[in-house]
Amino acid sequence: MSEFFAMGGYAIFLWPAYLATFLAIGVNIVLARRAHEDAKQEARRRIAIEDEGPL
Amino acid sequence: MTPRQRRITLVVGILAGVSITVVLALNAFRENVMFFFDPSQVAAGGAPIEKRFRLGGMVRPGTVDREAGSLEMSFVVTDFKHDVRVVYSGVLPDLFRENQGVVAHGRLGSNGVFVADEILAKHDENYMPPEVAEAIKDKYGGIIPVNPHSRAAPSAGT
Amino acid sequence: MNWAWFHRLGSPPHIYRIAGTLTPWFAWLAGLLIIVALYSGLVLAPPDYQQGDGFRILYVHAPSAWLAVMIYGVMASAAAIGLIWRMKIGHAVAASCAGVGAWFTVVSLVTGMLWGKPMWGTYWVWDPRLTAQLILLFLYLGYLGLRAGFDDLSRADRASAVLAIVGFINIPVIRYSVEWWNSIHQAPSVMKMARPSMPIDMLAPLLMMLLGFTLYFAAVLLVRLRAEILRRERTASWIREVLR
Repeated sequence: MSEFFAMGGYAIFLWPAYLATFLAIGVNIVLARRAHEDAKQEARRRIAIEDEGPL
Repeated sequence: MTPRQRRITLVVGILAGVSITVVLALNAFRENVMFFFDPSQVAAGGAPIEKRFRLGGMVRPGTVDREAGSLEMSFVVTDFKHDVRVVYSGVLPDLFRENQGVVAHGRLGSNGVFVADEILAKHDENYMPPEVAEAIKDKYGGIIPVNPHSRAAPSAGT
Repeated sequence: MNWAWFHRLGSPPHIYRIAGTLTPWFAWLAGLLIIVALYSGLVLAPPDYQQGDGFRILYVHAPSAWLAVMIYGVMASAAAIGLIWRMKIGHAVAASCAGVGAWFTVVSLVTGMLWGKPMWGTYWVWDPRLTAQLILLFLYLGYLGLRAGFDDLSRADRASAVLAIVGFINIPVIRYSVEWWNSIHQAPSVMKMARPSMPIDMLAPLLMMLLGFTLYFAAVLLVRLRAEILRRERTASWIREVLR
């Protein structure tokens, strides 16, 4: 197992490379979801204002 | 400044930034369009004398000379048409070995010897497991034949 | 010929719904492919005869670089469609691409540096391929900055579309830099007409990664596109229905 993590001596280059890649994958999932949630919330707010508006 | 003027300033600024980047980059490329020169270009006088440039080619087998117990070394860079001897003192990258692509950064002396202060190794686009490499070496007498289409072998033997 | 179906297909509520249906399929398939590719790339694939286990950086570097370039292609095409045919959905797609593209350009540069240090002997050289990829990052950032500079959406769309289209010139430069100029970067192993330059047990994880990353991008793009559509269709009545 420790042999696997040593990656033939390339561990200090290989694991940071994998970490950076999967960090970007995770961050982009979060950012996309947040953008969608924010847009939905803003649309709901606008609808609420419209419904109250003419009264 | 009105919002409109602010926007215009921003747009002009960004476009100017992008243009300057492109001009600088293209200029840098023109100055050394060749990231490295190969031994044939050096032999033809195409490389700058007494000015730093990069020399690229293959490490000719059997030419690597290492002083015991020191970092001093020398080897011959070849493109299979012309040779240039390189002297270097320092740490070598993992992939530096005979019959392997190499890029040396330094100066060409008037005696025709290239004094390098930086050695970079260049590998080709071929990947294979060690056993396959051994099998190929057995078949071709100890070396892996150079793929003539590979850019790791600058103008390899025609 | 009846074009009604085509317009229905291109209508925002229709795209919003289709995107919502497709996203989980792309996402789960991408996750499955990437996990299988991780195992086969890190455990099953043999080490390289020269680079040993270090060559396994290929399995994250190549897919990231592919995404960086491919996303730019999608962005420039969508921007061109938006600009030329005045299709707003084109601009919405282009705007959804830039952030993701910038992220993966950074990843391709970082993983490339981490591969270059042990193999070539340096993190960075001003090599044509490396420089062109750095310019790609500046193009993405310029695109995002340009958009942020406009309050008016349709003007932001048009101005940034021009930048995206002009910047496309950099894409063939990236692809052919290793052939046009002497470069320290090796030629493509897979993205070429000839047979791939590696055996199947090394190639299979790479192909799975490439497909997995592409599907992942499709999923992220669709979520971002839904957000973009909601923001653009602020007054449309169909939004009331989908938000209920």
